[in-house]
Amino acid sequence: MTGVGRPEAEGNGRGYLADRGWRSWAFTLDHKRIGAMYLWTTTVFFLIGGVFALLLRLELLSPQARYFSNHAYNVFFTLHGAMMIFLFVIPAIPSGLGNFLIPLHIGARDVAFPRLNLASYWVFAAGFLVIIGSLVAPMDTGWTFYTPYSAKSAAAVTTLSLGIFLIGMSSILTGLNFIVTIHKLRAPGMTWHRLPLFIWGMYATSIIQVVATPVVGVTFLLLAAERIFGVGFFDPTKGGDPVLFQHFFWFYSHPVVYVMILPAMGIVSEVIPVFSRKPIFGYKAIAYSSMAIAFIGFLVWGHHMFTSGMSPLANKIFSFLTFFVAVPTAVKVFNWIATLYRGSITFESPMLYALTFIFLFIVGGLTGPFLGAMATNVQLHDTYFVVAHFHYTMMGGTVMGFFAGLHYWFPKMTGKMVNEKVARAAWALIFVGFNVTFFTMFIAGTRGMPRRYAEYLPKFQVENTISSIGSAVLAAGILVMCWNFLQGLRKGAAAPANPWRALSLEWKAASPPETENFHEIPVVTEWPYGYGTPKA
Amino acid sequence: MSEPSHEHADPAVAFESAKLGVWTFLATEVLLFGALFTAYTVFRMKYPEMFRAEHEKLDRVLGAVNTVVLITSSLLVVFGVDAIKRGKARLFEACFGATILLAGVFLCVKYAEYTAKFHHGIYPRTNLFFSIYFMLTGLHGIHVLLGMGVLSYVILLSRRGRLSASYYTPAEMSGLYWHFVDLVWIYLFPLLYLIG
Repeated sequence: MTGVGRPEAEGNGRGYLADRGWRSWAFTLDHKRIGAMYLWTTTVFFLIGGVFALLLRLELLSPQARYFSNHAYNVFFTLHGAMMIFLFVIPAIPSGLGNFLIPLHIGARDVAFPRLNLASYWVFAAGFLVIIGSLVAPMDTGWTFYTPYSAKSAAAVTTLSLGIFLIGMSSILTGLNFIVTIHKLRAPGMTWHRLPLFIWGMYATSIIQVVATPVVGVTFLLLAAERIFGVGFFDPTKGGDPVLFQHFFWFYSHPVVYVMILPAMGIVSEVIPVFSRKPIFGYKAIAYSSMAIAFIGFLVWGHHMFTSGMSPLANKIFSFLTFFVAVPTAVKVFNWIATLYRGSITFESPMLYALTFIFLFIVGGLTGPFLGAMATNVQLHDTYFVVAHFHYTMMGGTVMGFFAGLHYWFPKMTGKMVNEKVARAAWALIFVGFNVTFFTMFIAGTRGMPRRYAEYLPKFQVENTISSIGSAVLAAGILVMCWNFLQGLRKGAAAPANPWRALSLEWKAASPPETENFHEIPVVTEWPYGYGTPKA
Repeated sequence: MSEPSHEHADPAVAFESAKLGVWTFLATEVLLFGALFTAYTVFRMKYPEMFRAEHEKLDRVLGAVNTVVLITSSLLVVFGVDAIKRGKARLFEACFGATILLAGVFLCVKYAEYTAKFHHGIYPRTNLFFSIYFMLTGLHGIHVLLGMGVLSYVILLSRRGRLSASYYTPAEMSGLYWHFVDLVWIYLFPLLYLIG
């Protein structure tokens, strides 16, 4: 029995948004408000990062550097990458949607440590302030900060390292909070095998956050020490080893792609059964595959370093292990497709994004083996093929999952509905724009176009022009979507408590939920995917 | 704004949650030091001669004194936690206070060691052995400082009468943290000072 036994129901019947004024936000201990703050913050960074992407695409319209200097181009792709990775894709779903949903999903009144939760938001905020401070000498190292260049660059690498260290700390605290919450605060009857699959995804994610992030934290500390005190861990002239930096960096940064993707997979696992009106197929397989992905994800970092000069044996082992991640990932995809099979499918906006996730992620996934296999990797390393591959998985995967989640839970979070027609139009623009932008990059990459250059050979002009046009369409779609959300927030129709007729616990709370989520902690008697049964 | 009050609604759940939280946090701390231990291993394998020669320059006596100081402080933490479990707040505060005092002694000895090294022209940039020495002991020193802060806060809680035989979670959790700080040093001492 957890989370029950309070004689008086504290819920005052007021929605969590009822309080006004900045203090009610800045000092709130309510997981829903903290989640909402994360959502706003990360979305702003997503838009800023998107502007940098558009600047890159603008420059690449012509083979010569026409609009910006080469240095400015380096700064733009560094900021695009670093902001998107560290300030958007890593925190958006776990800290934003996760914070909002985990207690609601498991039938708790809040997370285990509400004060720690607020602290981790403000550590995150401090981190992004430091990162903004580092813009006095903008970064030009790429988001990977590879030594020896990052140890020598005149840019504010030390400041940015500190900022990322703080953001990492926030990520650790959030993950820790979620692990304890999921272990200790589940409502009576909420057994492990009745947890929504989003929670399984978040649980696996939290474990990765807690285990991997300290390593990148200390790596950035060492990089800072290298610049401040002149220690020589990564400096070959002092006997150090730049490849050691890459090992440390990827020991974190490979598992962390699963921090980006597992929560999105969780969202898709929630959305698919609701809009197919069918029980999820292979619940346990999906749940355990999340844990398997988290585990195997720690063993494959070396596949980023095939061309960095590791031993041939290490290369072979990493290549071999890399292919294993495909197994639990495929388990999930096949289960989603089996859920769709003979379902009574409707195409509301959350479902459109969830299906887009599956489609784009399959393309991203199928291009993975080309990079995971050593022979083809040596050919494709640092070409646009890599850029296309990770945009299909990260943007096609994580971002589409995030959009699916936003559309799906928007009525719960705000108590308002969005305009469904506009939402679908925005989706169409995003879908077309995305594929035009990134599919062409596969072609440019196989033809040998290297990444991270402002100038390129004229033979790549056609691909680059098409890709830049696609990026404009994509940007237009995202703007329409944002506008639609703002309109919904301002004057959307009032949302019923359960507009999608879903069965998981969060829909049993009011829309928007009151401060302590539930009048009475619910007692759970069955799993949340019993669609198609007489009751649902 | 009503503050969610469930946090300590059920003391048993609160205690269990805090325990799981602190152990998870300690796991992240192990990994934080883990990267440095990895670097130590890599470079020791690469430059065994240099490590053998350089470690002679460290002061074993001071290192041994600090080891004894930290182990004693850890013992006092155990006595302190035991005291508060039996409701003896005074004894608890004395034990934790003594721990903080010993932590101060540790840092003073460390300060003496550092200044002696600087005096001989040895800095973090001197060579890889001393890079590792200063990074590991420096990071550990920061943890000692943080630990002193945490222990002081718990003493303050006790002085305000917030700890008792029925609620001693902060005392036990801060104690766990202090044992971790002690444990890291127990690894550092032989690796840096003793192994030739």
